[in-house]
Amino acid sequence: MPHFERLYNFACWLTHDRQEAEDLVQETYVKALKGFPSFQPGTNFRAWIYKILRNAFLTSRTGLKATATVQLDLESEEEALPAATETPESILLQRSDGRLVQQALEQLPVAYREVLLLCEVEEMSYQEISATLAIPMGTVMSRLSRARKALRGGLQQQFCRRAELKW
Amino acid sequence: MVCESWKAKLDTYLDGEVAEGEMRSFDAHIRSCLSCSADALTRVQMKRAIQAAGKRYTSSAEFRKRMQQKIAAKPQRRFGLSWTLAAAAAAVILVGTLTSAYLGSRPGRDQVFSEIADLHVATLASSSPVDVISTDRHTVKPWFQGRIPFAFNLPELQNSEFSLLGGRMTYLEQTPGAHLIYDVRKHHVSVLVFQERSLPARLDENSVSKKQPFNMETWSQGGLRYFVIGDAGAADIDSLAKLFKAAS
Repeated sequence: MPHFERLYNFACWLTHDRQEAEDLVQETYVKALKGFPSFQPGTNFRAWIYKILRNAFLTSRTGLKATATVQLDLESEEEALPAATETPESILLQRSDGRLVQQALEQLPVAYREVLLLCEVEEMSYQEISATLAIPMGTVMSRLSRARKALRGGLQQQFCRRAELKW
Repeated sequence: MVCESWKAKLDTYLDGEVAEGEMRSFDAHIRSCLSCSADALTRVQMKRAIQAAGKRYTSSAEFRKRMQQKIAAKPQRRFGLSWTLAAAAAAVILVGTLTSAYLGSRPGRDQVFSEIADLHVATLASSSPVDVISTDRHTVKPWFQGRIPFAFNLPELQNSEFSLLGGRMTYLEQTPGAHLIYDVRKHHVSVLVFQERSLPARLDENSVSKKQPFNMETWSQGGLRYFVIGDAGAADIDSLAKLFKAAS
C-alpha cells in the first residue's frame, strides 16, 4: 500500500479524528481507483494521491467547517520576523518538547498546518506541494513563511503560559 | 542590511529550494555570519521539531488488517474487471468488496497473471519505477548479480524499436525475480523473469487469458519463466519476446 501510513497520518492531522481519518483514507483509495486513468505514468504519484486525499477532506463536513473559518488574510503581505539568537521557541525546541509542538500545530489554521506537514513531515519539494495543493509556487513559499511564523507565535504563547503557571 | 536579504530567503535555503549557485553563496555566508548561522540553527531545530511532532499517528492494527485483507483478496477478482479497475487496483492496492467469494475458486495461473499485471502497473505508477537506470544492457544485467538467484541474458536492441529504461528487483509469490522496463513508441513494456520451478502454477504460452487488460506473452526457456506485458500492440510485445528468446 504505497504511502498508506503517511496518508493516514496526514488525514489524522487534517481531521483530528481517527475514525474520520480512516474514512478519508479509504475514500482516497476508492477515488484513486476510479480516477486512475487520469494519472500520467512518470508524473508524481505521491502528489497525485495526496491531492485526492486533500480534495476529499475539503468536501467533507470537517473540511468544509475548517476552511469556512480560515482567515481571509492568509496570503497577505507581512513583515518577516526579526532574527533572534535565543527565543522562547528556540528554548522550547532545545528542550525537545514534542507535545508542545504538536499542540501548536493543532492550533494552526488548516491551510498552514497542511503546508507545513507536506514540507517538513512529507519532505515534499515546493513543486510537489504546489501540485498537491493546486496553488502557485509563490503562494507555497509565502504560505510556508506565514505558517512558520504562526507556529513560532503559537509556541511563544505556550511558553508564556507555562512561565505564568510556574510563577 | 546585507543580512536581512539573506534572512528573507533563509527558510527557502534550508528547504533546499534555492538555485545551485545561490546555495553555494548561502553556504559561504552562513559559515561567516554569526547572526545568520544562529538564526539558521534555530530554524533547523524548528524543522526537526515539526518533523518529529508531525509523525504522530499510526493506523490501528484493526484498520491495517482490514486493508490487508482487501489486498490479499484483490488479485482473485482483478481479471474479471475492466482495465481501469485492474490498473488502479494494482497502483493503490486496495479497496474491493466482492472478494471473498472468489477465494480459491480461480485457477492458480490466473493469479500469477494477475500478479504480473499488478507488478507492471504498480511499477509504472511508482515515482521511482527502476532501481538501476540505464539504457545499457551491460550495466543493467550485472546490477542483478547477488540480488536474484539466477542469471539471464538481455537482448541487443540495435536496429530495433525498443530501448531499455532500466530494471529493478521484484517478487512474485515470495520468489525473487528481475523486472526490466522497455520503451517502444512511448509505451512502457515490462519484462519479468523468474525461476520456473519457484512459481506456484504451471503455465504455458496458451494459458494467457484473453480477458486480461494488457497484451502479454509468456514462455519458459532454460529453466526461467519470462513474461512480457504492456499496453503496446501485440506485435510489439511479440517482437520483444522474440528478441529475448533469441538472446537466451
